[in-house]
Amino acid sequence: MHPVFSPIRRLPLYLLAWIPLAFLLAYLFSIAGGVSGRESAMLAFPLCLIYAFVCLDAWYLTRVTPLARSGFARLVLTHLAGAIFATELWVLSARFLVKLLFAGDPASLMRIRFPAEVPVIVAMGVMLYLLAVAFYYVVLALQASQQAEARFMEARMLARDAELKALKAQVNPHFLFNSLNSISALAGSDPAKAREMCILLADFLRRTLGLGEKATIPLEEELSLIRAFLAVEKVRFGSRVRMQEEIAPEVLQVKVPPLLLQPLVENAVLHGIANLIEGGDIRLRATGDGGWVTIVVENTYDPDAPARRRNGVGLANVRQRLETRYGNKATFAIATEENWFRVTLGLPKFAEEPS
Amino acid sequence: MTNGAERKIRAVIVDDEELARQILREYLGAHPNIELIAECANGFEAVKTVAEQKPDLVFLDIQMPKLDGFEVLELMGTGSAAVIFVTAYDNHAIRAFDVHAVDYLLKPIGRERFEAALHRASERLSGKAPAMPPAPDLAAAARPPSQYLDRIPVRDGVRVYIIPVAKLDYAEAQDDYIELHAEGKKYLKQQTISSLEAALDPARFLRIHRSYLVNLERVARIEPYAKESHVAVLSNGATLSVSRAGYARLRAFLDR
Repeated sequence: MHPVFSPIRRLPLYLLAWIPLAFLLAYLFSIAGGVSGRESAMLAFPLCLIYAFVCLDAWYLTRVTPLARSGFARLVLTHLAGAIFATELWVLSARFLVKLLFAGDPASLMRIRFPAEVPVIVAMGVMLYLLAVAFYYVVLALQASQQAEARFMEARMLARDAELKALKAQVNPHFLFNSLNSISALAGSDPAKAREMCILLADFLRRTLGLGEKATIPLEEELSLIRAFLAVEKVRFGSRVRMQEEIAPEVLQVKVPPLLLQPLVENAVLHGIANLIEGGDIRLRATGDGGWVTIVVENTYDPDAPARRRNGVGLANVRQRLETRYGNKATFAIATEENWFRVTLGLPKFAEEPS
Repeated sequence: MTNGAERKIRAVIVDDEELARQILREYLGAHPNIELIAECANGFEAVKTVAEQKPDLVFLDIQMPKLDGFEVLELMGTGSAAVIFVTAYDNHAIRAFDVHAVDYLLKPIGRERFEAALHRASERLSGKAPAMPPAPDLAAAARPPSQYLDRIPVRDGVRVYIIPVAKLDYAEAQDDYIELHAEGKKYLKQQTISSLEAALDPARFLRIHRSYLVNLERVARIEPYAKESHVAVLSNGATLSVSRAGYARLRAFLDR
């Protein structure tokens, strides 16, 4: 689509730009032919209006002759031919206009002096046409860069979407296989307990799957997911897992991205509890303050334990998701204090879904 | 220890989860020729038990508190025990096991797979199957690529020391052993200096001599010593010979 017509409201702007050119042309007419300003203007204004439309076709020529992919000779020949054709058309229209406007006016100088104006028309015609060509090349370049940017943004959005989907669907295989092993062990010694563990595991998996489709969930729902997760881990680790919750009632309904805290608790089990012979504690605290929610997940850990293989991946994911969701409006901090490992999240309190 | 003509296989289970130990115990219960002599819930216990009781067969979990399965294997030394690794999910480790033909069981453990592993282990014990590969090689292969060691476990009798690599000043080769120098103490470990070199971050540890692997942070200065040779002086005052190739490596590192 022609950039001057799409949207159509650009057309008046385009014609407005020609008004100074019409003044310039009128001025040149009056000098070259020594005709009055009135007669010069009478010819220059309609002439410019015509040329404004003639020059529109330069767009189609520039589009089929892209700057980067056309040879120099082809570029020059195409636009020179365009310029000559347009100028020829303009001279003819000028001749016709002079006859139309000044035929009945015996005092008109323009009628007589017109041949002196032709070089002005030719020079201006070629120059304006080439200006139009240059202008359209700029428009083309702008359009290309806008498209490239749009494509880039789109690609990034798609990548982000894919990442989120993968993240939501992610169930740590370690967790799953270890849980199945526990069930298998219980099936021999304590079938009732094995059945209970199957149900706990199914409950957790079902919640995870359901949450994957939602953009945000109330904090309360995330907490109940965490409890389901820990119920399974408690069968595996027995009394080695100890959990404490301190949740301020006013933040229970705050909307959070699903599975934001569960990876932190999973981390606490994997890198904290699992490395402690006597087990350890996990503390979950959430408080509200004005438009702000602070969530703390902390656990005891063995400071001498080596950095485990997956360590950091879960944390990095949570940090990344906060960034994508909230930009710089959320905070994420990791601290260690003696044998405590602490992750602190600060989120804006959204009643509705964050954009 | 003997049961008629047939000698009983003495087995140890190492896993931090009670339920995981329970299932192995149950499967072993069906084999009267195998005697379960101990169960360990962490790496330290495992190293101690293996050193004291010298079992024939060890079921070794990989993810455990204190010492992981590879570290336990390393500290057990190349004894006569057959090791069957037990793991839930560990891509790198499983690939390493396959390459080195080490027996392993995946959780949840199936009875048939368990019997097959047990069969291979008893063949290994009776000398019909090849022995285990050197533990450091196996551990290195099981480590994800581009991840270097961040601590070195050393066993002295039944005692286990853990040396964080940041505290290691240098390692000195002594035949099949290496002497680790850290915080003014010396630890002897059965390992070659090249395999330790390969497991440590080359940006932090440099082989300056056939016999010396040095922590670059500890190098205070390099001094010329006799004609065309140098010594490295460490911040604790120790001086180490620098070979010509080692000097070139040091220069290349410093120029970087």
